[in-house]
Amino acid sequence: MFQVRIHGRGGQGVVTAAELLSVAAFVEGKHAQAFPSFGSERTGAPVVSFCRFADEPIRSREPIEEPDALIVQDPTLLHQVDLLAGLGQDGYLLVNTTRSLEELGLGEFVAGFRPERLATVPATEIARELVGKPLPNAALLGAFAALTGRVTLASVQGAILDRFPGETGTRNAAAAERAHDALGVGARA
Amino acid sequence: MSRQKIKLYQVGSFAVGNRLLDADERTVQARSERSNTLTSGHRACQGCGEALGARYVLDAAMRATGDQVIVANATGCLEVFSTPYPESSWQLPWIHSLFGNAPAVATGIAAALKAKGRTGVRVVGQGGDGGTLDIGFACLSGMFERDDDVLYVCYDNEAYMNTGVQRSSATPPAARTANTKPVGFEPGNVFGQGKNAPLIALAHEIPYVATATVADLHDLEHKVERAMELHGARYLHVLVPCPLGWGAASCDTIRLARLAVETGLFPVFEADHGEVTAVSKIRRQAPVVEYLRPQRRFAHLFGEPGRPDVVERIQAGADRNIRRFGLLADETDEEE
Amino acid sequence: MRSQIEGSQAVAAAVALCRPEVISAYPISPQTHIVEALSDLVRTGRLEPCEYLMVESEFGAMSAAIGASAAGARAYTATASQGILYMAEALYNASGLGLPIVMTVANRAIGSPINIWNDHSDAMSQRDSGWIQLYAASNQEAVDLHIQAFRLAEAVSLPVMVCMDGFVLTHAFEPVDLPTQEQVDAFLPPFEPRQVLDPAAPVTIGAMVGPEAFAEVKVLMHVKQMQALDVIGEIAGEFAQAFGRSSGGLVRQYRSADADTVVVALGSVLGTIEDAVDELRDDGVSVGAVGITCFRPWPLAELRAALDHARRVVVLEKAFAVGLGGIVGQNVRLALEGLPTRVHDVVGGLGGRPITRASVLRLLGDVLEDRLEPGALTFLDLDWGLVQRELERPFGPHAENILRDLAAGLR
Repeated sequence: MFQVRIHGRGGQGVVTAAELLSVAAFVEGKHAQAFPSFGSERTGAPVVSFCRFADEPIRSREPIEEPDALIVQDPTLLHQVDLLAGLGQDGYLLVNTTRSLEELGLGEFVAGFRPERLATVPATEIARELVGKPLPNAALLGAFAALTGRVTLASVQGAILDRFPGETGTRNAAAAERAHDALGVGARA
Repeated sequence: MSRQKIKLYQVGSFAVGNRLLDADERTVQARSERSNTLTSGHRACQGCGEALGARYVLDAAMRATGDQVIVANATGCLEVFSTPYPESSWQLPWIHSLFGNAPAVATGIAAALKAKGRTGVRVVGQGGDGGTLDIGFACLSGMFERDDDVLYVCYDNEAYMNTGVQRSSATPPAARTANTKPVGFEPGNVFGQGKNAPLIALAHEIPYVATATVADLHDLEHKVERAMELHGARYLHVLVPCPLGWGAASCDTIRLARLAVETGLFPVFEADHGEVTAVSKIRRQAPVVEYLRPQRRFAHLFGEPGRPDVVERIQAGADRNIRRFGLLADETDEEE
Repeated sequence: MRSQIEGSQAVAAAVALCRPEVISAYPISPQTHIVEALSDLVRTGRLEPCEYLMVESEFGAMSAAIGASAAGARAYTATASQGILYMAEALYNASGLGLPIVMTVANRAIGSPINIWNDHSDAMSQRDSGWIQLYAASNQEAVDLHIQAFRLAEAVSLPVMVCMDGFVLTHAFEPVDLPTQEQVDAFLPPFEPRQVLDPAAPVTIGAMVGPEAFAEVKVLMHVKQMQALDVIGEIAGEFAQAFGRSSGGLVRQYRSADADTVVVALGSVLGTIEDAVDELRDDGVSVGAVGITCFRPWPLAELRAALDHARRVVVLEKAFAVGLGGIVGQNVRLALEGLPTRVHDVVGGLGGRPITRASVLRLLGDVLEDRLEPGALTFLDLDWGLVQRELERPFGPHAENILRDLAAGLR
């Protein structure tokens, strides 16, 4: 089982990100589950969402305390909320930022991690450019695919296009691709 | 439907002999083939205004629709006296659910009929003032604002009669009820409280709002028939004196209803989408004292020393209604 | 067709397949996505003929459903928590009138204090309302139970509520297999009411019944619910044949047939419990789980048969009777009357506190090593320090005091 936890703020598409990831995994024949940490609808408040996928049916629905991968959609949360709790040294960390993990003050935290499992990507900037809105989730999913190899870019894009018809879908799919390729070209932490 | 004008002045009262009217203008009650929807054998008190009103209303509705009516009835006197297990007085499909939900149940029935394409079957929701104005108010307002295809009829006897005459938001100022007795700080029900249901219905701008009483048979039936020509949310507020609760003689029910109109205390009008389109004029305004005296619920306002100041306030309220609705007839006014 | 969708969307699709004719909708978290999805289906004509009523309250919602059902229409609504309480009067009215209304309850805690997260206190508060209560352990089962519910309700002329854990199931994306319209039509025939408001054959419904007959009328409701125990099993059997999967029924056993210790629970927590059972079984521990799918009527015989061999039973429930103790626990003890079984009442998951596999394993560890007294009420993962501190404080509102302590890091 692979467990992903996504952190961000309300309005950034954190919940949608987990859902799309679960659809991408499903399309690849895995069993998948996605759910948010629930709360009243409120923009700007910290939001967490979860996604699990596995080759066998998933029965448990508890929040993910020990993620295999952590996606941080909003780095301003890093020192406000204990985002990183439970992420082990073999884990994947993907942060939406133009800065490096070191510059974000995470240098010490990730010191023992496997460097090829760490990445930053300017997802908001990519989204602004390709989608016209600062919604980083699609880009982050593309980067996730590249970073972990657990789902393919094609599956991610398929999930995006399925959910968002027309221009919205194609633009977001393009953002996913851009971020995916950016990682491939060694834009890691 | 157009109304034939009859000049009755020589009769000296509003009694309309049916023989003076064209056959199709005669009252439903005068016909032997009337539905008798609320048939005899029910347990209402002698002189019950509500039993009278309900019979008139439903027989008129049945005639107007070719006997295609379903009724949702709130808990209250009408429901209790008409369905003493194992008997029922109702000769149409009738459901009693709860005290506060008759408008919502009616909404549900109308929706079911619409879903089934049975648009010829019409729905009437009905209840007393308590069930309509207080506990059922949210459901009533919801039915109005959705413009559900329901005619809702409120039989207003101005208190929670079935439970022993407690005050409702329709109880008039100064009236005695079991919990607004003329003891302590106020003589009866407090001034400045209460709801005006017809005006509230008007504010919802629904297709049809009308008030009526059991004193004017023709008018009541006409309004039901008018309502049944329309679709959407419609509201009929009928004043129905209660001999027991009002402390009046059982033979005075119709007379008191007439006096309520003639004093101006109960304006009779019709409205269309929030605009008053017709009022029943008062030819000879009666002073409120004539209306109040025969009712023991106002007895504390009279005698030694009585409360002439309160009577004056009640009179002022009646006068205000007359001004507000333009209820006084000029000599030039035609009889409606 | 199998797809990865949100639980609420799946339920809305399932309900639509059952061809409801009147839907009354009042929004309350966490049921909102269900009624929103149904609105779209009605507006776009994909669900028709169907009237969608945006009512003024939950009381209005159930009342409109009563009117619609009495007029012969298949009626549906959904609610949770405060909403189910607001319609409580109407719930009893619907069951008393024998109207086959189906309602989704997106299980959520009841205030005060206000809490929008999952537990079972809402449906449990209405366990005596005369409604049949079914609990889904997954979104697939939620879909299947709704389809079975309409069939069941109309077969026995009783209303049915299908309970699914709020947020945990309603807002979870999971794989769900939705049947086709043809499949559902074959399984669920059009509604033939026992009695109906129709000018062609007038009836009086809802008469006052006095002391001379009330008891008999009420007992009839009980008898009908008890008869429903058989019908529920039959319908589940037919469903399995028609749709090719096992769903619904009265109780569900997981590795419990030969288990020494059995955990009993309702709803989605069963998934976590099954994971824990597997882990313990791998270590050679004799443990199993029994899920209760039908809570009302109470499947006493089936449960007794499923548990009578067990030495220990641990009832893990998401609600409790204040001033008494476990609710499901009481019901289970009734089923085990006369047997020497040690029964443990455990309450967890209140107000959305997650029940984790680790917690379940710890709990079972305590049980297996006799660290838990049977008969004592145990609260899973409870901070007794917070409770104690508040008990010693003579002033202030409890909830706010405790929240302040939490924020200050006091335990």
